[in-house]
Amino acid sequence: MIMKHWYKIISVFIIFYTLVWGLLNPVPRLDILNETIRNVYYHVPIWFAMLFMMLVSLIFSIKSLSTNKLADDIKAYNAAVVGFFFSIPGLLTGSVWAKFTWTTWWTFQDPKLNGVAISILIYLAYFILRFSIDDELKRARISAVYNVFAFVMMNVFIMILPRLTDSLHPGNGGNPAFAKYDLDSNMRMVFYPAVVGWLLFSFWLFQIKNRISFLNNKLDD
Amino acid sequence: MIRNIFIFLLILCSIALKAQEAHLPNMAETFRNDGKIYVVISVISIIFFSIVLFLIFLERKIKRLEDKFKGN
Repeated sequence: MIMKHWYKIISVFIIFYTLVWGLLNPVPRLDILNETIRNVYYHVPIWFAMLFMMLVSLIFSIKSLSTNKLADDIKAYNAAVVGFFFSIPGLLTGSVWAKFTWTTWWTFQDPKLNGVAISILIYLAYFILRFSIDDELKRARISAVYNVFAFVMMNVFIMILPRLTDSLHPGNGGNPAFAKYDLDSNMRMVFYPAVVGWLLFSFWLFQIKNRISFLNNKLDD
Repeated sequence: MIRNIFIFLLILCSIALKAQEAHLPNMAETFRNDGKIYVVISVISIIFFSIVLFLIFLERKIKRLEDKFKGN
């Protein structure tokens, strides 16, 4: 039983640790940010989980192209759904944080925000593309090819372009992310576990979604 | 005379210290000293664990359905 559920147990413990210690641990005193710097423990790992799920989706899309199995296609779709689901709290938390530090809910000055908006539209198009094709095999192939394109475009929009221009986000505008000025060692103690915890948690949601869709498929047969 | 200069320097030092203190960004210290942060932590923990419990029960339900399909 433990062998099957180890990653879920670890993710729950790690996330619980980050919820408690993330609010208690000493953080750098900074103007404007003040206590909101703790949002790094919650807002950023959510985005990492989204990126991770999109990567899982890409892997299963490529796999479905080589194996031609419908199961892989369904997994790719489920991973994209979970990733999409994580992008919504990511956007909302970012928006709230921006309101109180950058004084606006949304700014078009920041390439990362624009990139994220475009990426979300790209993945929306992926879902619409899937719904528009009735033939299962055709749907698997076309949406897998599109998914490869979508993943690459998302990385261009939220990882590459923001680094080429000035951005309000730390670690952009030429600097590598999480340079020594952005995170001190106290924050790393919470931030890195938080990323791992949320990645595992997203994988748990992905597995639940898979099991439900396989049950659904069996029901259709 | 020396005593006066010494006192003057001390006052200068304390003013400088105070100026530095005034510049320190505000970090919700009273809130923490009151121990109210633990209230927030317990509320968040309860919400988190209820979501986890929900997921566990959901998984058990899925497992039962899977077993049903295997039986057929």
